[in-house]
Amino acid sequence: MTRKQRRLYFVLLGMLALGGAVALVLTAISDSLVYFYSPTDIVEQRIPEGRRMRIGGLVENDSLVKDGKTVTFKVTDVTNAVPVTYTGVLPDLFREGQGVVVEGRMDKGGQFKATEVLAKHDENYMPKEVADALKKSGQWNDGKQQK
Amino acid sequence: MHRFANPARFLRLAKVILPWSNAVAALCLGAGLYFALLGSPADYQQGESVRIMYVHVPSAWMGMFCYVAMAVFSAMALIWKHPLADLLAKATAPVGAAFTFLCLLTGSLWGKPMWGTWWAWDARLTSMLILLFLYFGYMALVNAFDDPERGHKAAAILALVGAVNVPVIKWSVDWWNTLHQPASVVKMGGPAIDSSMLVPLLLMAVGFKAYWISILILRGRAEIAAQKVRIIRMAQIHAAAQGE
Repeated sequence: MTRKQRRLYFVLLGMLALGGAVALVLTAISDSLVYFYSPTDIVEQRIPEGRRMRIGGLVENDSLVKDGKTVTFKVTDVTNAVPVTYTGVLPDLFREGQGVVVEGRMDKGGQFKATEVLAKHDENYMPKEVADALKKSGQWNDGKQQK
Repeated sequence: MHRFANPARFLRLAKVILPWSNAVAALCLGAGLYFALLGSPADYQQGESVRIMYVHVPSAWMGMFCYVAMAVFSAMALIWKHPLADLLAKATAPVGAAFTFLCLLTGSLWGKPMWGTWWAWDARLTSMLILLFLYFGYMALVNAFDDPERGHKAAAILALVGAVNVPVIKWSVDWWNTLHQPASVVKMGGPAIDSSMLVPLLLMAVGFKAYWISILILRGRAEIAAQKVRIIRMAQIHAAAQGE
């Protein structure tokens, strides 16, 4: 084996070992790398009240109630939903059916008190006419917005 | 590949390529910017803000592309000791860093109106920030030694180690819940983006790559010239020392 070959294998082996190590670490700490939990995670894992966290999902249709600057709505992942109250300015994209991430704390009554509401947008980009045409022809898939 | 590791051949080839890469960059960026800012429709959901995408997304691709190029050059320098590979890796770093910064900046400006925040510590944004720091680390390390060869070697190892971050950036949006939306263009089942918006996006991406080739040639030439000057100086000092 020439020195060049030896260096080549050394670099390849090193990259392989490093890649493996990083993959193991990322898998191990995967839980803390998620930006938000889904409503199902909240319901199933019984996360203690008072802990600051983020919940992500869709704003449930017909759940939005505005009362002055305070809004209440439900964040759903279709299987489960969490009721949320929030006082403040909402992002432009916020509406029913839209993906959102809310940050705040769970109170005793199982109501999520949000201090921040972020809108999530999906990976689809199209002009308005195309979106309208898709809706008209019944090919519109709202489920796409869900992650 | 090994044939092109010769600096003299690189300089000859560079002379031929440079006018073409300049022309492609100017044409693609000109046409791309026209379509991005004027000749393309507004998004059904985001309205006119979607135009930030035409700079943001190609910048992000460039940031990752330049890093991969830098890592490949570094590997070639470490394994085959090509004299040119170190210089090209060094020449690529500031370009990659600039576009990574541009990506983070435009992303922040886009995030405020769309998401409602300038910054979020989600996996995609954080890994992109790490990429910027890797570029900074590389540029600091490559110049940190009196002996340029040692600087090149240390920086090349850093570039290779940091390369594990690139797949993490690409698939962060699929592996974890993130505020950032999943991939629109490079994904299973084809792009989720209308062709009237995809064309300007790709024009910008090609324009950025051509720009990289031009800059690589210019900076590569400068690095080769600087190395020649250093060698001549060393020879003069050596001759003067012997003449005494």
